[in-house]
Amino acid sequence: MDMFRGHILCCGGTGCTSSGCDAIIKEMEVQLAANGLEKEFKIVKTGCFGLCALGPVMIIYPEGAFYSRVTTEDVKEIVEEHLLKGRVVKRLLYAETVEEDTIKSLNEVDFYKKQLRVALRNCGVINPEDIEEYIGVDGYQALGKVLTEMSREEVIDIIKKSGLRGRGGGGFPTGMKWEFTYKAQGDQKYVACNADEGDPGAFMDRSILEGDPHSVIEAMAIAGYAVGANQGYIYIRAEYPIAVKRLGIAIAQAREYGLLGKNIFDSGFDFDLEIRLGAGAFVCGEETALITSIEGKRGEPRPRPPFPAVKGLWGKPTLLNNVETYANITQIILNGAEWFQSIGTEKSKGTKVFALGGKINNTGLVEIPMGTTLREIVEDIGGGIPNGKKFKAAQTGGPSGGCIPAHLMDTPIDYDSLIQIGSMMGSGGLIVMDEDNCMVDIAKFFLEFTVDESCGKCTPCRVGTKRLYELLEKITSGNGTMEDLDKMEELCYSIKSTALCGLGQTAPNPVLSTLRYFRDEYEAHVRDKVCPAGVCKKLVKYTIVADKCKGCSACARKCPVGAISGEIKSPYTIDTEKCVKCGVCMDTCKFGAIERK
Amino acid sequence: MEKNTIPFNGTKEQEEKLKSVIAEHKGQEGAVIPVLHKAQEIYGYLPIEVQEMISEGLDVPLAEIYGIVTFYTQFSINPKGKYQIGICLGTACYVKGSGDILEKVKEILGIDVGECTPDGLFSIDATRCIGACGLAPVMTINDDVYGRLVVDDVADIIKKYQQ
Repeated sequence: MDMFRGHILCCGGTGCTSSGCDAIIKEMEVQLAANGLEKEFKIVKTGCFGLCALGPVMIIYPEGAFYSRVTTEDVKEIVEEHLLKGRVVKRLLYAETVEEDTIKSLNEVDFYKKQLRVALRNCGVINPEDIEEYIGVDGYQALGKVLTEMSREEVIDIIKKSGLRGRGGGGFPTGMKWEFTYKAQGDQKYVACNADEGDPGAFMDRSILEGDPHSVIEAMAIAGYAVGANQGYIYIRAEYPIAVKRLGIAIAQAREYGLLGKNIFDSGFDFDLEIRLGAGAFVCGEETALITSIEGKRGEPRPRPPFPAVKGLWGKPTLLNNVETYANITQIILNGAEWFQSIGTEKSKGTKVFALGGKINNTGLVEIPMGTTLREIVEDIGGGIPNGKKFKAAQTGGPSGGCIPAHLMDTPIDYDSLIQIGSMMGSGGLIVMDEDNCMVDIAKFFLEFTVDESCGKCTPCRVGTKRLYELLEKITSGNGTMEDLDKMEELCYSIKSTALCGLGQTAPNPVLSTLRYFRDEYEAHVRDKVCPAGVCKKLVKYTIVADKCKGCSACARKCPVGAISGEIKSPYTIDTEKCVKCGVCMDTCKFGAIERK
Repeated sequence: MEKNTIPFNGTKEQEEKLKSVIAEHKGQEGAVIPVLHKAQEIYGYLPIEVQEMISEGLDVPLAEIYGIVTFYTQFSINPKGKYQIGICLGTACYVKGSGDILEKVKEILGIDVGECTPDGLFSIDATRCIGACGLAPVMTINDDVYGRLVVDDVADIIKKYQQ
């Protein structure tokens, strides 16, 4: 084996790929060769580090220097200064890691300090395209232990005892699901993995599959052994090309090493995996719809029971878990149920990964112990709201979840407390909103999504969400009445109680939670015909503040409809009848004299 | 969905490719969706002519194939432009103003979402989260990703592809 003096870990996740990490890696290879260092430093393309906002990122060991927002032009300097002369390039370091003369470890910066990485343990640490690296961090040890030392009942027992609950959103106890499938009668059983991460703004599962695909493969094999299945399916979004590619490589490598296929670890246990691509249908995240989609049909859900554990893929008992759930399994097997139980709250054990996005400084991927408060996530880990704006709400659970207002920021995050405050854990999207976001508009945004994604099978969802959307449309265009608010609430509850599957049953949540916490905003739209955040175009009014206007006429010249008039050097005015609310005047004015309300 | 005005002109080569894909998957359980994915790779879209070939090849009723194609947003009955513009309307991008970006693109190209410009150069898709939330708001043109956009960037970016 070659020995290297140092390692250069470059993030190759989707976030960093989008910001151009491939070009940087290529340049790094060129520069290493130019300086004759290619045998001394090894470039490792890893999965997501989590700090996507700083991408492209790289970390150089042994120093642990964390370079962020690196450009191809910077690479030469890094090689010549840092690698050749041993002088760390300070200007490119992530500012938080710089301390007078030393570099702080990444684990000590605010973003990582409060995190605990279990599911993401290998993301950003190993090369996901090399099975040897996974084995090097105890990979496939859990599978070996299970196949050679444990009975199927013991495996199920340890998962049950750990208290692990489904990370896809529902929070159903994983061990019980395993037990049901184990007990179900059938000559053929299947395990399946839900990687159809459809929540807009969520990318936890993708990052795990991109950064550590073997952890999911290993866990699925363990699950297969426990429930008595020898075939598995991973249903993954076609929109995730990098994850699909790495998963394919990982499966091929596992087969080559005999960790998938016949007679694994000489135990007589056979197990193999197949990837199935989704085709862009949010409803396929629902378990029965996902199963129908793997079967090659329109992904429509069906009533439960029978549950997939009894009647799933092709009518056979099927165990279906989410990516993040699987990513926890090997750690529970290796470290024991007690270890897992020691993390989290009474009813929600372990950690949860969140995709932090929206109006927040540190967008990226975070993994926290259950029970961490929203405030800690937003303020400490997320680094607060950019541009000195005020926090207004955090949205969890995607289109099925709700908005958490500022006064509930100290709620500990776990399955039960989130449901109590009208939201839900969901798969882990966490979108932060500031005072510039209109909550009615956000509710409308999610309803538009559900209307679009409703499969059309049941009436409450197909028609109900459309009517709900129309009511929101009416309100945001200034035609709503107070009765509409009550009507909306009533409609929400009837959709919730009558829709066929999880998509419809949870679709009204964004409306209900915003009505509950931001009713005043709805009322402002209805009663005062005003959008307080200035988002809803039809309600927005542009005016010129006379005190600030210098009378330069720049706005009048730019206005496409000639709605602005006045005399040079005295304040101008906008004719609101003519104004089309395009906002050009506001962008043009150098004196901040134009107000939008 | 009768927006398709460009006549189908598949080549013999494409047909051969499709036939070998069908042969490869025939008899496999749940084969329709994988075959449709491959067919779309070959032709760029899934016009009714292609659906007919798949229906015959896999021995699945055309109505069922059509039902599947129209159910999933990844599958397109309309041809795509040489440059496929995708504007992410995931939540993270939306709260950072991707809606305005989309409006601007529509305005510049004079077409709606799902349509293709008459010269076949551009088509617009409003995509779900592409997972580059750290760069929000995000627009993609084929494999190029443009992040942290403001409305004023749009015209210049599109101009690059018009030449």
